[in-house]
Amino acid sequence: MGSRGWVAWAFMAPVLLVMALIVFYPMAIGVFQTFTNIDNLNQGTRFRPPSWEFVGLQNYIDILTGKDTKFYPVLAWTVVWTVVNVFFHYTLGLLLALTLNQRFRGRTSYRMLLLLPWAVPAYITAIAWLFIFNGEYGLLNNVLGAFGMPRVAWLSTFPWYYIMPIIVNVWLGIPFMMVALLGGLQSIPGDLYEAAQMDGASRTQSFWNITLPQLRSVSSTVILLGCIWTFNIFVVIYFITGGGPGGKTDILVTYTYNGFTLGQYAIAATYGVIIFSLLLVFSAVYRRVARES
Amino acid sequence: MKMSRRHLALTHVILIIFAIWSVFPVFWTLVTSFKPESQIFSTQIKVIDQPTLQNYIDLLTRGDFVQWAINSLFVSLVTTVFAVFLAATCAYAISRFRFRGRSASLYLFLVAQMFPAVILLIPLFAIFTNLKLIDTPWALVLSYATFAIPFCILMLKGFFDTIPYELEEAGRVDGLGPFGTFWRIVIPLSVPGLAVTAFFAFITAWNEFLFARSFLTSEEAFTLPVGMATFIDPFNQPWGLLTAGSVLITIPVMIFFFVAQRFLISGMTTGGVKG
Repeated sequence: MGSRGWVAWAFMAPVLLVMALIVFYPMAIGVFQTFTNIDNLNQGTRFRPPSWEFVGLQNYIDILTGKDTKFYPVLAWTVVWTVVNVFFHYTLGLLLALTLNQRFRGRTSYRMLLLLPWAVPAYITAIAWLFIFNGEYGLLNNVLGAFGMPRVAWLSTFPWYYIMPIIVNVWLGIPFMMVALLGGLQSIPGDLYEAAQMDGASRTQSFWNITLPQLRSVSSTVILLGCIWTFNIFVVIYFITGGGPGGKTDILVTYTYNGFTLGQYAIAATYGVIIFSLLLVFSAVYRRVARES
Repeated sequence: MKMSRRHLALTHVILIIFAIWSVFPVFWTLVTSFKPESQIFSTQIKVIDQPTLQNYIDLLTRGDFVQWAINSLFVSLVTTVFAVFLAATCAYAISRFRFRGRSASLYLFLVAQMFPAVILLIPLFAIFTNLKLIDTPWALVLSYATFAIPFCILMLKGFFDTIPYELEEAGRVDGLGPFGTFWRIVIPLSVPGLAVTAFFAFITAWNEFLFARSFLTSEEAFTLPVGMATFIDPFNQPWGLLTAGSVLITIPVMIFFFVAQRFLISGMTTGGVKG
């Protein structure tokens, strides 16, 4: 229906107009700010004219060459955070999907219970875990105390301040993987397994030679989504550790947010553009690799 | 495959362990919300001793919780109507027409789902400051539309794809133009899809924290997530209020989620997710 292109564009026009105003225009301003040194002091007010200047690529140079000493440490932890989380989301999600993809009584009830974390707002989840982790009267320490073990200040003791937010985020992310992979498993034709069974293949062999290869397209989609989602998740770190102690658990998005709240607009905007570029490059490379293999 | 007894037992063990792990934080929040303060701030482990509604009464009668709920409701409703209304025609075009720029637009909406909110946060803050929208619900409606619109487009495209094209042909034979076909035939057939999409757009707005935290400054204007965050104070944490609030906020979301989750999963794997 190429000849009726104008109809299509007439249908698209309202959205494109609104998106231009609330996404593309702000994005352009954001990119523009990265070439300046704008902050909350020089941005200008009613009483004082703006006094920021163009600095060219200086913000990018400072960040990428490591002159801004926080960037690489924060990036490193963000990558670790993403990889560890997605690894557990995927493996545990797959384990549960395989377990649920069998015929037995109570399956639906288990599925409902296992979906529960997805139904809870992420910040409410964080609040719930924060209470369990509380150093003075949290359940975790009360249990340790009951066994006569020492209490731990979970959110300020190494390595727990790294582990605790991961536990929370793993809890949050499993249901999505489980359900998506369960859908993938259910679309694998049953005769593949029957044929394998007749050839004398064991359960383990079927898993490696049929299940995993058949799941490849679903897996590559959910892993990509999982990575982007985990990389960008704000509330878990913000609520659980607040980036602490001493900024050690900040991931890129929370660190950028801190820059914004401190009024360092140009630097924070530059971080934003770098995060976005990293994600774009990552997903482009990922898609290519996934398609080729 | 028939399961052996040992295999069946293993299946149940795995599922029970994970079910407990999934339910526990929710269960513990629920239980805590009915405890008196003396038990919440105790180092003893007790499931529940003297249940009380005091936390709920305090939450609803003292402080701004009810106001925050009204604000959240308003912002989420307006965002949803705005986003679904705009997204519907666009999703229809992408679903039905093959035109130049179609796949580019589709890709654009996928990418729009991908970028972290912090990128838009800074320029939007500058724009809203100039327009004097800071501390108003409109700042939230506009910023939520940035992710609600692409989300709704991708979800609705999936629904429109499932409507048989022959029905529209029939409409065309009866003399309807493209817009008439859309309003008279496609929209009535997509009511379930529109409803599900609207509900999910609503929930996303209902749960949003980052924009709300950044664009709202006065306590009466807060939405629920920002309001709840103000309770988390390092020196005085009112866990009774926090858990009671958590329960009240989660119940409606949870009921809806279990009704509609089937539809979300297909929409999300084709679309994308916003963290």
